[in-house]
Amino acid sequence: MSISWTAKVRKSTLEKLPPDQLLPDTQPKYVASWIYTFGVLTIAAFVMLVASGLILTIKGPNWWHVSHLGHFINSIHLWNVELFFAFMVIHLWGKFWMAAWRGKRFATWATGIFAFIGSIVTAFTGYLIQTNFDSQWIATQAKDSFNSTGIGAIINPLNTGQAILLHVAMLPLILGLIVVVHIILVRRKGVVTPISNDHQYMEGKF
Amino acid sequence: MKNQNSFKNYPASQSWSGPKRQYDLIKELVIAIVVVAVLSIGLSALFSSPDERAVTMKSWATHNPIDLAQTAVGELAGTTTSAGYGAPYNQNGSGQSIAFISPQKWLGVRIPINSAQDLVIKPLATSNIPGATDLVSKWNSTSADQQIKWANDFAKAFDKDNALLSANNANVQNSDGKYGPVPAIVNDLLTMARSGALDGALTTSDSPLPTNFTKPLLFLADGGSYFSSIASKYHLQGSQWGVMNETGSWPGQSWLWLFSFWYQIPPFNSSPAGDLWVGLIMGVLTFALLLLPFIPILRRIPYWIPIHKLIWRNWYSDPDSKN
Repeated sequence: MSISWTAKVRKSTLEKLPPDQLLPDTQPKYVASWIYTFGVLTIAAFVMLVASGLILTIKGPNWWHVSHLGHFINSIHLWNVELFFAFMVIHLWGKFWMAAWRGKRFATWATGIFAFIGSIVTAFTGYLIQTNFDSQWIATQAKDSFNSTGIGAIINPLNTGQAILLHVAMLPLILGLIVVVHIILVRRKGVVTPISNDHQYMEGKF
Repeated sequence: MKNQNSFKNYPASQSWSGPKRQYDLIKELVIAIVVVAVLSIGLSALFSSPDERAVTMKSWATHNPIDLAQTAVGELAGTTTSAGYGAPYNQNGSGQSIAFISPQKWLGVRIPINSAQDLVIKPLATSNIPGATDLVSKWNSTSADQQIKWANDFAKAFDKDNALLSANNANVQNSDGKYGPVPAIVNDLLTMARSGALDGALTTSDSPLPTNFTKPLLFLADGGSYFSSIASKYHLQGSQWGVMNETGSWPGQSWLWLFSFWYQIPPFNSSPAGDLWVGLIMGVLTFALLLLPFIPILRRIPYWIPIHKLIWRNWYSDPDSKN
């Protein structure tokens, strides 16, 4: 009797992601540095961005221009963007100096870079939908860059409706999926070994 | 990373079998969310966020009618940026290219814009100003050569003598028919703009509920001084690292610093294909960042500059690290 597809998926998932590997309560002893906090701080800022973004979404794109509460929620959204990028860039630099791609961790590195690029694109569309002077100016300046590379034929920065849909509906979903895959890969592969304990890397073999 | 098979004997690719420590990931995440929430709410309470009101055709006509009038004449003459842009708006320009690389041209006209018609004549045709439809008919029934001659002649006259625009009522003076319907068209367009009707006419041609602001933004960007002088005031020009700035003193998209950097230096700050150059350079650099683990010299930098000794200083001073 053949095993059902559902059972196959369950078996494969549990094999690849056993719960104690997905949510371990211990870490290698070397995981003891301030730099490790910047990954989780980036996730925390992302959570705050989604939360404040959902409130702005529910109330619509013009609410923050006419409401003190709306303006305050917009401020929280803006400052979390700044914090999100600050944390993420420190996290990225930290991973570079740790050569964190070692030991079959290229996919983890690559999803991190995709998350970085995806964040820049998502933030940019956010600036396009402020519906104020800043967004008007950014749109008219960005059009030349978009058009020169051919992207402008598909994504038009001057089309505010398109930018709203990209920023609110599509890009956070894609970014969220990339972040989930990135976190799963971090848990699957574990935290990279310190460089001095990696004799092959020290000897230039990897 | 030279050979996938060699990973079998590479300890860094295997599970850590050395000493471990207690680590509560969920507690760490919850604390991080609380810290970031407090930090961002505090920053918002202290510094708020910028919101400079959007400009409109009405504000343009009110604050700088000469600029609007000159831009409208330029649209009719086909001399503005949008009129001669090329793809994706029209075929009046070749677009940016480097040698055989011209993605702008390859993708063709996808957002058709006829600047004279879409930014001036068609909006005017929606007006209920007496005589406006006659002006539109006269313009449309004239040969393209004559249209351009009228508009160019009037543009020259207007450049020499801004007094053609009456300071008192911001109307273009009648010029004895030398320039065909052009002065009257500009007059009526200014009237539309001052009333706010032009903002609606430019955005509702595709749908009565507008979400696409391509036409008014192209018109504003074609302008000579109104739109760009506001941007200069807020340090938003490309030459002012504007891509990464925000209005006022708030931080903007500082993560675009490298993108903005290329626009500050030659040859990119003066090249007619500057945007394409910067786009290609940033594409190559992004690809290099992605593939950095495979690039021989770059992947060794963390070994040569041992910042890892600072990161793992506690571990390296632990006797367990020697085992």
